[in-house]
Amino acid sequence: MARVIGGIGTSHIPQVGVAYDRKLQETPEWKPLFDGYLPAQEWLARRQPDVAIVIYNDHGADLSIEKMPTFAVGVAENYPPGDEGWGPRPLPPAQGDPDLSWHIVESLVESEFDPMIAQELALDHGFLVPMNLLWPGDWPVRVVPIAVNVIQHPVPTALRCYKLGKALRAALEAYPSDQKIVVIGTGGMSHQLHGERVGYLNRTFDNYFLDTLETDPYELTKISRRDYMEKAGAEAIELIMWLTMRAALNDDVKRVHRFYLTPVSLSSAGLIVLEN
Amino acid sequence: MPESYDDIPGTYVYDGRMARKGRVLNKLLFSLAKRENREEFLRDEDAYLDRYALTPEQRAAVKGRDYAKLIELGGNIYYVFKLTAVAGGMKMTELGAAQLGMEHEAFLERVRNGVI
Repeated sequence: MARVIGGIGTSHIPQVGVAYDRKLQETPEWKPLFDGYLPAQEWLARRQPDVAIVIYNDHGADLSIEKMPTFAVGVAENYPPGDEGWGPRPLPPAQGDPDLSWHIVESLVESEFDPMIAQELALDHGFLVPMNLLWPGDWPVRVVPIAVNVIQHPVPTALRCYKLGKALRAALEAYPSDQKIVVIGTGGMSHQLHGERVGYLNRTFDNYFLDTLETDPYELTKISRRDYMEKAGAEAIELIMWLTMRAALNDDVKRVHRFYLTPVSLSSAGLIVLEN
Repeated sequence: MPESYDDIPGTYVYDGRMARKGRVLNKLLFSLAKRENREEFLRDEDAYLDRYALTPEQRAAVKGRDYAKLIELGGNIYYVFKLTAVAGGMKMTELGAAQLGMEHEAFLERVRNGVI
């Protein structure tokens, strides 16, 4: 069976992708953020996962609100960068793992999750920015993208996302392979991008979320979608994707690294690395 | 029971009501994620907008780059962001400042000071 070595929760702030492409990592504005990822990079280099399962959301690059799946699993050979309005970023396609992807789809459906099956999927900052931060340069992993609708309400509940993580773990446990797998949940942390409340940030809530994600993640499924939006900002509903990641890990995990910085662009940036 | 979130101040949760109001507007904005469409939009904005049955209010808000209004009229924030890309490019913080009608620096200071 495949081995889940651990999980990572991380923000996916689009301006970080711009900074990466313009090579601004060492500038005073961006160095604190990029340096915050060094311990995560070191952990990944030490543990060498074969596959990264990335729970993320599309923001209108390829999946569109004209037809929005609640969950979608990529089953492609590879995934090109999408065009978010500025032209596709100068990045190579991410290498897929169709065998594992199809296994996950089949197993999820047996578990009564019914994802959209995506044979073609272009990736946006929700996926690409975490990859840039965790593996600067080439990506030494194959990927399975799992997209979650967090932009067209009603979005799934926190509990549903948690249960998706449990079903994902069961799928991986049943996969006949000795591959090492890391699960990555992206989005958040606190931010609101629109309306008169634009710019709202909540360090207190974010740190409560990081604490509780590590020690008692089920508790975070009791927070309603309304309360996530009220406490952390409307667009911070993305945090429910971290619960999918966390639920795919053991109940007891070892924290390898945690990092928090606010504000970064118009968000709070968070990172947690948990080892099984 | 569906959750109620209308009491969250200054927030336009993109739900079914907003989707119905903004469907055509967002279709227009999403079209700008294609390069050839961006080029046509820039060449002749009026002709491009004629292809979409926007309300007069929505059309005026697109033409006036009134980003706060576009949100009220059913625009999804990530789709409105695509209009800024065509209109010369903006950072998300600049779009934030524009929605409040503030100078960028003053907005950034407000955000920094507002962290709770």
